[in-house]
Amino acid sequence: MRSLILALCLMSLPAWAQAPKTSSFDLMKPETQAMQRDDASNPAMLWIAEGRTLWSEKAGASRKACADCHGDVGSLRGVAVRYPAFKATQHKVITLDQQIQICRVQEQKADPWALESRPVLALSALIGLQSRGLALLPATPAEASTLAQGRALYEERRGQMNLSCAQCHDDNAGKSLGGAVIPQGHPTGYPLYRLEWQDLGSVERRLRNCMVGVRSEPYPYGSPEMVALEVFLRDRAAGLPLETPAIRP
Amino acid sequence: MASVLINVPKAVRKGDVIEIKTLISHPMETGFRSAPDGKLIPRDIIYRFVCTFEGVEIFAADLFPAISANPFIAFTMRAERSGTLTFRWLDDKGGAQVETARLDVQ
Repeated sequence: MRSLILALCLMSLPAWAQAPKTSSFDLMKPETQAMQRDDASNPAMLWIAEGRTLWSEKAGASRKACADCHGDVGSLRGVAVRYPAFKATQHKVITLDQQIQICRVQEQKADPWALESRPVLALSALIGLQSRGLALLPATPAEASTLAQGRALYEERRGQMNLSCAQCHDDNAGKSLGGAVIPQGHPTGYPLYRLEWQDLGSVERRLRNCMVGVRSEPYPYGSPEMVALEVFLRDRAAGLPLETPAIRP
Repeated sequence: MASVLINVPKAVRKGDVIEIKTLISHPMETGFRSAPDGKLIPRDIIYRFVCTFEGVEIFAADLFPAISANPFIAFTMRAERSGTLTFRWLDDKGGAQVETARLDVQ
């Protein structure tokens, strides 16, 4: 009887909860892994270099640079692993890229940058790099309602194909979809350089890819749904080390 | 033109074969893609890369439209003496990105 209950408990768990959490880094070809391991061959380092320039560049009406408030960018170690984070002044959870936008407008008093624009990605990658190797953190109590919304969105069927994220990335992770292995879908390396894009992109760009893939209307960049999904994904990946800026095929 | 990353090994001894790695930010627009308005986007690729050491060409490459954006070029040379490496990337818009790096042989 006890073993039957145990078996039932195990059945109700999602597949990824039984399999150990792994980064999709492990699914890549050795050549692509080598590209990520060596900073000299990682094209994302071009954005990092741009980010460093932007970090110390005075901008806007206040003539302030990021460095004038934050000092050396190394002081932001540990920041990227806790974003998206609840921001009391905004009364909501925001992403790191949105925080960069807020700093740009409120502190520097400069023209806003669009999400997914090159400078936002460059700074986001630079800040992410400072936390490379640190474990992603689970959601905090202040993020609980956003986390619940994210989980609901993750499990909700969507699009003409009527698929939820969970159906691929929980139930069938590790199996093949066409020629590719379905990853567990942990956002461990964003913003990352995707060889398919030949460009650096945020996790939101990747999520929009998946949404279009199941023929559903993708959420706009920075929308509450996107942020909620990102909080859920970070919580789900908690404990995995950050790889920013990663390479993916 | 663009941002560039060059990696030349440090602590090189005379006679060592060293690997030099370069990365340049460039769209490498093939000329075969069309914009949302249906018109072809004009070709804009880096078509030639040349590296010289103290004025002597040590490596050169012709690049073609099938090469990805942000091309990564790595090559080897035998380090015989210290000097300056000059890197030149030439692109269709007539731009030339020129960068230099120091090679110190101990």
